[in-house]
Amino acid sequence: MSSDISNSGHNPEGGPAKPKAPPQNKPKFWNDPKKRSLLFQVLLLSALGFVFYSIIDNTLTNLEQRGITTGFDFLTEEAGFGIAMSLVPYTEASSYGMTFIVGLMNTILIALMGIFAATILGFLLGVARLSDNWLISKASTIYIETFRNIPLLLQIFFWYYAVLRTLPHPRQSMEFFGTFLNNRGFIVPAPVAEDGFGLVLFGFFVALIGSWLISRWSKKRQELTGQQFPVFWVSLGLIVGIPLVLFMLSGMPLGLDHPELKGFNFKGGITVIPELIALWFALSIYTAAFIAETVRAGILAVSHGQTEAATALGMSKAKTLRFIVIPQALRVVIPPLTSQYLNLTKNSSLATAIGYPDLVNVFAGTTLNQTGQAIEVIAMTMAVYLTLSLLTSTFMNWYNSRIQLTER
Amino acid sequence: MSHSQASDKLMVELRDLNKWYGEFHVLKNINLEVKQGEKIVICGPSGSGKSTMIRCINHLEEHQKGDIVVSGIPLNEDIKNIEAIRKEVGMVFQHFNLFPHLTVLENCVLAPIWVKKMPRKEAEAQAMELLERVKIPDQALKYPGQLSGGQQQRVAIARSLCMNPDVMLFDEPTSALDPEMIKEVLDVMIELATEGMTMLCVTHEMGFAKTVADRVIFMDGGQIVEENEPHEFFNNPQHERTQLFLSQILQH
Repeated sequence: MSSDISNSGHNPEGGPAKPKAPPQNKPKFWNDPKKRSLLFQVLLLSALGFVFYSIIDNTLTNLEQRGITTGFDFLTEEAGFGIAMSLVPYTEASSYGMTFIVGLMNTILIALMGIFAATILGFLLGVARLSDNWLISKASTIYIETFRNIPLLLQIFFWYYAVLRTLPHPRQSMEFFGTFLNNRGFIVPAPVAEDGFGLVLFGFFVALIGSWLISRWSKKRQELTGQQFPVFWVSLGLIVGIPLVLFMLSGMPLGLDHPELKGFNFKGGITVIPELIALWFALSIYTAAFIAETVRAGILAVSHGQTEAATALGMSKAKTLRFIVIPQALRVVIPPLTSQYLNLTKNSSLATAIGYPDLVNVFAGTTLNQTGQAIEVIAMTMAVYLTLSLLTSTFMNWYNSRIQLTER
Repeated sequence: MSHSQASDKLMVELRDLNKWYGEFHVLKNINLEVKQGEKIVICGPSGSGKSTMIRCINHLEEHQKGDIVVSGIPLNEDIKNIEAIRKEVGMVFQHFNLFPHLTVLENCVLAPIWVKKMPRKEAEAQAMELLERVKIPDQALKYPGQLSGGQQQRVAIARSLCMNPDVMLFDEPTSALDPEMIKEVLDVMIELATEGMTMLCVTHEMGFAKTVADRVIFMDGGQIVEENEPHEFFNNPQHERTQLFLSQILQH
């Protein structure tokens, strides 16, 4: 029997001992979950490493064979093409590096303009869809269901080709109060500061500081006496009023560079190109529909009992919204809102379709075509979008964690 | 059992109150007068309209026919009247409905500061006093989610009392509580009753009804079926429906 124990373990039936495996303390390494997962990870990593190595090696070899130099030296070469709109001084003699800067700034401009407009419009529409007023809620519903369900590219085409390009020629421009609208864009007078305008700016900053002080004072006073003060309206009055009074007193030291029709187009003033307007409208209107749904979901996520409790305490609808509903809804709204901001920024690359000179159009388009530095240009462009998106989501996550803290 | 502190002043009057949810007739010709300091317990099977009735009093529900007068103010279309009534009437809900994003103290001072325009210091002092009365002053800086159900309901009572209401409505205040927490909430309510608060309580806590109530009202099918002082109500119910109801809930 003693020889049996080491060989075949116990045999309860007492029959002929079959050669069973002895009881193992250690499983085979491919049956140990930890080692097994380690093995798979090592395999996966080496496969990935090999793929990347072969891609890079392959590319370098090919580039070498065709005589294309790699590297970022092309950025200092002269670009030699014009760009329709630029926020920084740019001429055809500028470098390819400058085309990158111009495109980047145009992308950031349209993204910021779009986020600003889409947020305001989206919040209004989201609240409107929940309104007790039948007409308002139905109008908002129709808006959302229409614009959310039409492809963005089509909407960009609509605003560009169907609306803005059908406007009259510069000679037949529509005129509103010194501004002109035609198929070359929207032309507004450019403000030119004259002597004494600094005083107006100074007044504006004084008013800003003043309103800040007032809001602090009114908060203190309310804590002490309970009296409320219309901070918003008084601040608005100060911020508009003080600069306006100073402006009048100092003899209106702001000249306007009025646009004038010279030949076939306008000279002077500031021209907002139709591509920017079309893209801005389409992006804002499209994204606003999604933001509206997000906002509606957030408000609906606040239980009805919260509103009832506030109502029973005598709080008005506006105060209930301000102190109870919105703070709780925001916690639900912020994460999907972040995705919408990211979507808008990335969707702005559709600018290419109508020729708005954004990063993709200028840099990953013209510059890439002229230099042939596909890898460098595409890598830089992708890096820009990645960076912009990561910055946005970092900021939004920070804001989200700040308001989440209030939960408990 | 006449421990009534009721004076003759009418605090709540419901006259021929009728309410429909679409086709469904929820409240049928309700007539009820509550004097200052009176404690009314309302019971009845679920769906009998008892919650709906007290929710009409502070206009959380709209009624279609009949008159409601609270503390001399008629409840009509006038938003000023509705606001005035809500300032006089406190309400405690089955599910507490505390504001989860605000501390206990903030829950208590929010309405006094923004509705009654009370200085924050004063509001906070008053809130602490009331939290003391419901025996949880040490929880003032916690958030509702950190408290037990019984504690939350006591905060909710304190929050209502911070508005110095003349009338308190309780909508099944102990129904959502664990059995061992019911007593701490009822104790607070009994204390409030002995101090002379006018109270309308929808509850099935019959022990509470026997000790505190001046009148017990039994509702069924949107109507007040029976109304009597507690001793008579429990020992000598007149209507068959009341007898059935009492036998169902008291047999355990």
